[in-house]
Amino acid sequence: MVGIVSYGGYIPKRRLNRMSVIQEMGWYIPALMMVANGERSMCNWDEDSLTMAVASSRDCISGLGKSSIDGLFFATTTPPFSDRQNAGIIAAALNLREDIMTADFTSSLKAGTAALVAGLESLKGGDKKQVLVAASDHRKTRSASFYELWFGDGSASLLLGTDNVIAEYKGSYSISLDFVDHYRGGSKDFDYTWEERWIRDEGYAKIIPQAINGLLKKYGVSIKDVATVVYPCFISREHKGIAKKIGASKEQVPDNMHEETGETGAAHPLVMLASALQTAKPGDKIIVASFGQGSDALLFEVTENITKLAPRNGIKGSLATRKEEPSYAKFMKFNELINAETGIRAEAATQTALTTLWRNRKMILGFVGGKCKKCGTVQYPKTNVCVNPKCNAFHTQEDYEFSDKEAKVMSFTGDYLAVAVEPPVIYGMVQFEGGGRTLLDFTDCDLEGMQVGQAMKLSFRKKYYDKERGFTGYFWKATLK
Amino acid sequence: MSTGIKDKVAIIGMGCTKFGERWDAGAEDLMVEAFEEAIADAGIEKNQIQAAWLSDCFEEIHIGKSALPLSLTLRLPNIPATRVENFCASGTEAFRGAVYAVASGAYDIALALGVEKLKDIGYGGLPNSGSNSGSLNWLWMPNLTAPGAFAQLATAYAAKYKYSIDDLKRVLAHVSVKSHANGALNPKAHLRAPITEDQAISSPMVAHPLGLYDCCGVSDGAAAAIVTTPEIAKKLGKKDLVTVKALQLALSNGEEVQFNEWDSTYFVSTSKASVVAYKEAGIKDPRKELSMMELHDCFSITELITYEDLGISPRGGAPKDVLDGFFDLRGGGVPAQVDGGLKCFGHPIGASGLRMLYEMYLQLHGRADQRQLKDPKLGLTHNLGGFPFMNVVSIAIVGKEGV
Repeated sequence: MVGIVSYGGYIPKRRLNRMSVIQEMGWYIPALMMVANGERSMCNWDEDSLTMAVASSRDCISGLGKSSIDGLFFATTTPPFSDRQNAGIIAAALNLREDIMTADFTSSLKAGTAALVAGLESLKGGDKKQVLVAASDHRKTRSASFYELWFGDGSASLLLGTDNVIAEYKGSYSISLDFVDHYRGGSKDFDYTWEERWIRDEGYAKIIPQAINGLLKKYGVSIKDVATVVYPCFISREHKGIAKKIGASKEQVPDNMHEETGETGAAHPLVMLASALQTAKPGDKIIVASFGQGSDALLFEVTENITKLAPRNGIKGSLATRKEEPSYAKFMKFNELINAETGIRAEAATQTALTTLWRNRKMILGFVGGKCKKCGTVQYPKTNVCVNPKCNAFHTQEDYEFSDKEAKVMSFTGDYLAVAVEPPVIYGMVQFEGGGRTLLDFTDCDLEGMQVGQAMKLSFRKKYYDKERGFTGYFWKATLK
Repeated sequence: MSTGIKDKVAIIGMGCTKFGERWDAGAEDLMVEAFEEAIADAGIEKNQIQAAWLSDCFEEIHIGKSALPLSLTLRLPNIPATRVENFCASGTEAFRGAVYAVASGAYDIALALGVEKLKDIGYGGLPNSGSNSGSLNWLWMPNLTAPGAFAQLATAYAAKYKYSIDDLKRVLAHVSVKSHANGALNPKAHLRAPITEDQAISSPMVAHPLGLYDCCGVSDGAAAAIVTTPEIAKKLGKKDLVTVKALQLALSNGEEVQFNEWDSTYFVSTSKASVVAYKEAGIKDPRKELSMMELHDCFSITELITYEDLGISPRGGAPKDVLDGFFDLRGGGVPAQVDGGLKCFGHPIGASGLRMLYEMYLQLHGRADQRQLKDPKLGLTHNLGGFPFMNVVSIAIVGKEGV
């Protein structure tokens, strides 16, 4: 049986209250008010599609082991690198085996479902045991655009496999059409979009029903037998309209998440699927469909195994971990929509030595330290000589993963001098459960309330961005447990 | 069997520029200013110097690499000259090079000169090296600054000894108030305005919980020492010699930041170096025997903790000593930061160790004017370079010959 083995989700903690946009820009485009209900998720300044994908993937595979993962597919329209495989960075961050197949799926909002279909189909041959699919998007939008309010940031991951399947893959039906509701030229930051009425009437209203109806027909399933149907459409009224067009009731179609996150791009079908799986019952049939130059529709049937899968944070857990961001200015600064002063201090060199990164890839991307074969001391980073003063043995260190270890704050500060997107820069020393310690930047936490002894966990984040060369440096940070 | 450095080397001349934002002077001007005072003080000719050591830390922003800037600037007569760098211990390292050179008998007279021209970078604080801080460091070390690195001592110290941050800040304020009072008496100091505890406590936050007045001055300056053996010094007609009693260095080996024992409330290296230095100098009870100290008060919390690492105050006992005025100029204890310290004299990194020795030298010769202590015999200087969790510590003890 081929299908979904586990799911994971990640929505950034920060949620921009859409009314903050109205407060600042309502004078300019009063009609924005029509879609200003609720909040949209927003990446912290140190998050992007890739870091979110690592977060949802860690959630997805937690407690399951990763030695059987033979492939990793990453879907996004906002890959940090145009040429340096982004999926490979995620695989390194997850410290997966190196003899696996990785690939990026991009350039369309249907990249998420494309990766999902490809992952599932690749398992049918029996050559691979498990494939991890991560879909994530962090789209940049112009200030005071409807899209700024419609879009959100988020990620979902699905572990696909042949054993312990929680949702059996029944099949898929795809349509490919060069319907250009929007496009983003190769070197452009922003989408160029055509009239929404046309997108709604000729795009969403026709293409999604066509895909879903095609799927139902192909596999001889009646819509009435389907428990849940998920598909994106940021125009909330039309999202409901599509349900009618395919003959589904309100109960069968969860809402488009506009009020909680906004539409998360190529990730959105998988975000909605992961969310649906979190409350699915054995026997439920679930359809997920995408939209973007056509549509992919997939049919799953939930198995008894879903009751055995240990609870994970998922989309619902992510949604519950929220912090309202009342400042639209902060959203603009995080997304570089305003050109704020950074000071001469920020002009320091930011080059990455690729040779150094390669030699230390496990240390930097995988947060792998060392464990001494002789005395058992664990340490970060792994070094040639054991740190234990009673041992100090040479060349005895074996790989030891720290990324899943809990930690406690030993010392900390909030630094107003350091170059920062959002001062103060909070960092400190953390002591890991089971041994080992290191200094780390902290993220998604406030100075107020921080104290020695605070329990922390690790999060994979952007450490720096080299503007001159377009290189994003990634590393791990500590965040509140 | 090593016998240590005690009384094997005498300082016969010292010089120190006015520290501060020396918009008028480049590193070369500062070197000349310190050197002219030192050579005049020593009463020798430039050509009698047989070897020289130059120290600085951020050479990339002022003099560049090698000791050539020293040789070129002073037009030294093609003698050996070496540039040393060991973070904030650099100045003491230059001194160490010169001292060991004459102690070994390789040379009769040697020069140590430290300089730093920090105020050519266009922004406050120390230079931000970015990816030039080391290609691997750049990939993972936190986005930290010096105040942020040291501020962590304060949060950990407060947690361990059950201080509220407010109470600890009151103690730290006293540390800074004392140094400002001393700096006000020193015409060569960078910052010469006395402050109150309330001013210190309410100053703008730099790195929680350290405010502006918990941080030392970022300054330009240079300082120099000319050393020889006591025998040669006497032949040169020098009297009341100031001799070197101890010179120690200790470096972290990574245990603080990687092993599981250190708790971020003390300096491993200072604790170790001080024991060895006292032994070298023959000091049994530093709290009683030391006349004065110049400690590496890059931040108020560093000074507080260093009192304990030097064995002057018991562990956890420094706040009481501070509030009792034990380290104040006229507090009857061991006056610290007699010249204003890094806090107020300023901290041109490569010069700082030599600047501290300059004050000890003036005090021992009774030339410290308004700051003059009564009959000082032994003085200790201390530098701490790097970070609390990974550092280079130097300790020098100097005193009157025969003490």
